[in-house]
Amino acid sequence: MNFPLIVQYGLSGITVGSIYAIVAVGFNIIYSTTGIINFAQGEFLIIGAMTAISLYQILPLWLAIALAVIMTTILGGLMEVVFIRPVRNASVLRLIVITIGLSILIREAMLHIWDEQVHSLPYFTGTSISTVTILGAHISPQVLWVLGTSAVIVAGLTIFFRFTPTGRAMRACADDPMAACLCGINDRWMVTLSFMLSAGIGALAGCVISPVTQTQYDMGAPLAIKGFTVAILGGLGNSMAAVAAGLLLGLLEAFVVSQFASVYKEAVAIVVLLLILVFRPTGLFVRREIGALRAA
Amino acid sequence: MPKESGGWFGPWWSERQVCMGMRYVRILSVALAGLVLVGSGCKKSTPAPPTKTTPAKAPAAKAPAPAAQKPAEAAPIKVGAIFAVTGPAANLGAPEQKTAEMFVEQINQAGGVNGHKITLLVKDSGGVSATALSLAKQLIDEQKVLAIIGPSTSGETMAIKDACQEGKTILLSCAAAETIVNPLASYIFKTPQKDSDAARRIFETMKDKGITKVGVISSSDGFGNAGAAQLAKLAPEYGVTIAIAESYAATETDLTGVLTKLKGQDVQAVVDWTITPAQSLVAKNMKQIGLNVPLFQSHGFGNIKYVQAGGEATNGTIFPCGRLLVAEALPGTHPQKQVLLKYKQDYEARYKEDASTFGGHAYDALLILTEAVKKAGSTETEKVRAAIETLQGVVGTGGVFNFSPTDHNGLNKDAFEMLTVENGRFVLYTKK
Repeated sequence: MNFPLIVQYGLSGITVGSIYAIVAVGFNIIYSTTGIINFAQGEFLIIGAMTAISLYQILPLWLAIALAVIMTTILGGLMEVVFIRPVRNASVLRLIVITIGLSILIREAMLHIWDEQVHSLPYFTGTSISTVTILGAHISPQVLWVLGTSAVIVAGLTIFFRFTPTGRAMRACADDPMAACLCGINDRWMVTLSFMLSAGIGALAGCVISPVTQTQYDMGAPLAIKGFTVAILGGLGNSMAAVAAGLLLGLLEAFVVSQFASVYKEAVAIVVLLLILVFRPTGLFVRREIGALRAA
Repeated sequence: MPKESGGWFGPWWSERQVCMGMRYVRILSVALAGLVLVGSGCKKSTPAPPTKTTPAKAPAAKAPAPAAQKPAEAAPIKVGAIFAVTGPAANLGAPEQKTAEMFVEQINQAGGVNGHKITLLVKDSGGVSATALSLAKQLIDEQKVLAIIGPSTSGETMAIKDACQEGKTILLSCAAAETIVNPLASYIFKTPQKDSDAARRIFETMKDKGITKVGVISSSDGFGNAGAAQLAKLAPEYGVTIAIAESYAATETDLTGVLTKLKGQDVQAVVDWTITPAQSLVAKNMKQIGLNVPLFQSHGFGNIKYVQAGGEATNGTIFPCGRLLVAEALPGTHPQKQVLLKYKQDYEARYKEDASTFGGHAYDALLILTEAVKKAGSTETEKVRAAIETLQGVVGTGGVFNFSPTDHNGLNKDAFEMLTVENGRFVLYTKK
């Protein structure tokens, strides 16, 4: 194998990994404020992308995406108020099952609102044949958009959770809802906010990856599986680790494709997930003791 | 937190740590189970919607159709249809359902077949073989239909093949795989062109272009596997070497990895065989990694949505296809031109969407059935079945059908035309 080919595998891994990473970030927000794993996260991506594709018929691209993100954000909030809030005192498990139900509901609704065909947003820069050449290998400029967007989202989230009063209030609720309530934080709205935030980020992710992955009504679940694996791999609740883990899984898959029959690629994520669950359930980038404390 | 759970692990583990670790693992495993549910189970559990009956005007619709005594006032012919209207193969099933409903309405308005109106019972399989099988049994045993149109996919067709043969019900499949009619079963027919003929046309074009070393990728599903097998079987006949053959998951969202592998083998062309959206991906990803060799795809590419989703990258893709997509460009003397133009205009006027070759397969299935009923002058299953085997020169959307007792497809490789994409449109391929 010559050098440009090795670089090409690497870039292929980064392409795939960047998609996984941006999906995984959405899982983390709701988890870190509520402990719920939102299985409708994949559907948020597709709703966002589909809305943007429809709006793009009449609006410029950036405006279509902005509106799609806002609409999905509102939808995420509504979903929490209507379906999650009334059963708020139920166990986390029940809430997770509700999100599974919602994912099915949204998927079927999308089939009726749009159609069964595959759609795609245009490339943000260039077209489907543009490439950027790095060390003799090639990568689509859209992948750089995906990576850039992930970086901006992660940086934004970090600042939000660390330095703004609302962000700190959300973290406080995750830590100890009772104590947060006693300090005058409205914990219910914090949960709603976390759903809105993750729906909005999901929608943005869906739009950015749409030119690369294409968008079809039932694509949410397969994307969510990879995103979930990556979120676990990095350590649930840690967005920066999710990006690192996404790229790691992407590179690992590219390596497997280069050495073995490419059908085995699909098994990689599942094997990694099982290994992580058995040997390091707190994720790669979280120290064991911290993970244990968090689980308590 | 239950204290006793710590005890099992002996005294050197702190109780607290064990409990917390366990709880974490437990939540994660529940979540994992949930994912599996979301990923696979739900997709497949699309419930079959209530049967649509088109049109249920005739009051005698409930009576089983006996051989007509007075042809003018004849009982309706019951025809079942199983299509993947929803689910992963919905881009096949949806146009098939629409086409079938349109065809039946037109026939009935024109007075039916030999005076018999057609009652069409459309069922949605969601693309799931098990659902298709239970629907087929229902149509055969309870509705006692004369024939079943569909299913949309090869996997579903193979699942119901035996049930139709044993239930002595004519099956006119809209799926491509060669194994549907080979080995032959007396009641089983199919309308789409054969995989092997598509592969032959691709290899002929390659030979013409002087391509001898290719890489093959295919989706790991019924259609992809069958196509890859045909390509591997026929390649030596045309002096083509398949340097590398790989398959990918039907839900794949990026193919740069596997294409890099092909690039490493210095192939002169890529053949992609699938009906999934990966057809647009492969074109894009090839350009993106700088694999600038001709791309050949299967007849599954015959849907303009894939060109739209793939954008500029799909320009130059070469694929075999029925003539529906280039109907306007056919010479006026071509036998199929009239049929194709009429179907296309009717469909597009009625449903406000582009006609696809898949809808055409349902059109052909109903056309063959009605022609056979006319020829047999009867609605008895046995006579109609025998009549299909004698049909000659029936001009459909897929080609000119010539059936025989040993050929239950009736098409040869001339039913395919090689097409390519130019500026986002399908055009006839010509050697440059």
